[in-house]
Amino acid sequence: MLKPGHGESRGIPDGNPGTATRAIPGGMLSKARAAGFPMQAGRGEPRDSAREPGLGALRYPPAPQMRFFEYESRAIVANAGIPVTQHGFVKSADDARRVAEQIAGPVVIKSQVLTGGRMKAGGVQFADTPEEAARHAEHVLDLEIGGHHPRGVLVDSRAAVKHEYYAGVVWDGIRKRPVMLFSDMGGIDIEEVAERHPEHVATAHFSTLRPFAEWQAKQLIASLGVSGSALNRLTPILARLARLFLDYDMTLAEINPLGELEDGSFVALDAHMDMENEARPRQRAILHELGVGDEETRQAREPTPFELAGEQVDAQDHRGVAGNVTEFDGDLGLVIGAGGGSLTLFDAVRAHGGRPANYCEIGGNPSVRKACGLAKLVLQKPGVDKVAVMMSIVSNTRVDIVARGVIKACVELGYDPAEKIAFFRIPGAWEEEGFKILARYGVDYADRSVSLHEAARRAVEKIQGSAGGDGAAPAERFRQTTAEIGDERDV
Amino acid sequence: MSSSPALFIEVEVDDSVARDRELAAQLAEVCPVDIYRAGPSGVEIVRENLDECVLCELCIRAAPAGTVRVVKLYDDGALLGA
Repeated sequence: MLKPGHGESRGIPDGNPGTATRAIPGGMLSKARAAGFPMQAGRGEPRDSAREPGLGALRYPPAPQMRFFEYESRAIVANAGIPVTQHGFVKSADDARRVAEQIAGPVVIKSQVLTGGRMKAGGVQFADTPEEAARHAEHVLDLEIGGHHPRGVLVDSRAAVKHEYYAGVVWDGIRKRPVMLFSDMGGIDIEEVAERHPEHVATAHFSTLRPFAEWQAKQLIASLGVSGSALNRLTPILARLARLFLDYDMTLAEINPLGELEDGSFVALDAHMDMENEARPRQRAILHELGVGDEETRQAREPTPFELAGEQVDAQDHRGVAGNVTEFDGDLGLVIGAGGGSLTLFDAVRAHGGRPANYCEIGGNPSVRKACGLAKLVLQKPGVDKVAVMMSIVSNTRVDIVARGVIKACVELGYDPAEKIAFFRIPGAWEEEGFKILARYGVDYADRSVSLHEAARRAVEKIQGSAGGDGAAPAERFRQTTAEIGDERDV
Repeated sequence: MSSSPALFIEVEVDDSVARDRELAAQLAEVCPVDIYRAGPSGVEIVRENLDECVLCELCIRAAPAGTVRVVKLYDDGALLGA
């Protein structure tokens, strides 16, 4: 077991032979978010300081996840045998009044949207009477938050809480196993706690194959000094959370805050769940029970027009992939891919001070038309000055086909490929033909002797040295190149 | 579908076989990216698909020697398979 220390949270061995004990540094939770990854949880939008989903950063993008509304997460938690506060999901002010009357005490009205920032946007209101609850519900039901219209409101009993804890389980994409997290500082952003008070966060990985044992939860909770009745009452809650995580193929299951009431009992005051999207077919039973339709995508935010256009490009042809586009606000367009290469390259561009305009994935040997479509989409994105075309070494994607696609995109949009393509680094299949094409159009390119990071550096250097290109018309060199080719064709 | 001129690939079919409907059907069948079409007057070139050519040489092999030429415009007009 690691001793708590500066900059380090407590880690518990997972009991698996040959598996080293490892704590999750607080910084890790927020680094991916800060890096602007297209995360499923949060996606970088402002979050409420409390009671909003966290830890999505541990799950590396872009694997799609299905988010649950809070009222659904509550139902999942309650079905697992974890106590929850008295609450009701409603879609009208009258129903909100009725639920508040049943609760017969102070309530919280919470907007049910699949996005963060509820508190700041006014989507969480407190009411002391049923009439006040109805008034707040009417307002919140009409309140759009981050482009999301609420599905309804949760009318939740305002419990008298003595202390707030955090309990969560999240998929660790690096260790390829779930990690339990527990903190005695609940109610606030767990990333913030991990960053500022790492000694108040304990973590432990566990197996997806062996049954989860209660002692694993107990050991974790006890590592923070929790003992006695609180330890005994918290243990089954965390154990049930871990089991529901496994049973329902979750990528994130968290209760924050987990409230300790005056009588020493514990209740889930808020819950957040994300399910692995690929698991939907085999989780039909729970989804049906919750009333989740097959047509509901449940992404963290609605795709932008740019991202929808990316889907259309990818759908135009069955060959290969040229899509999975995520929008960012930088000036360097990216046409990137290859089995994790896109993530590495995105990181590398940022590490060298670049500002990506997008994330995307190209691979599996798309057609020229598809590669061209993706490149055109990126090139036409407002604010994009240049594009970098980079992949790791490819065997199932032809270099010459991608080269043709991106050059064709430049030419058809009236740009000089040599000016508009900051750097091209795709080594691999048919690279000799690809390099001939690039050389013909004067595009700066490199073979496998140049690393991904060096390629990213060169692309960033190029765009930073372009003194804020204005996306202007083609350069004279481009005209000469095409004229030369035309001349040769006539010969 | 783009109708812009091909930038990278040009295909030339010799006049001696261009009206051969049987060859046209064969070319249409073997080309994986639909550059050839069997038309009423023989071989037709689908120009918007020219740049999709994957340099497989199947068309060259399907036709009598030297009657179908695939030109790599980006390689100083080099002929495929030459």
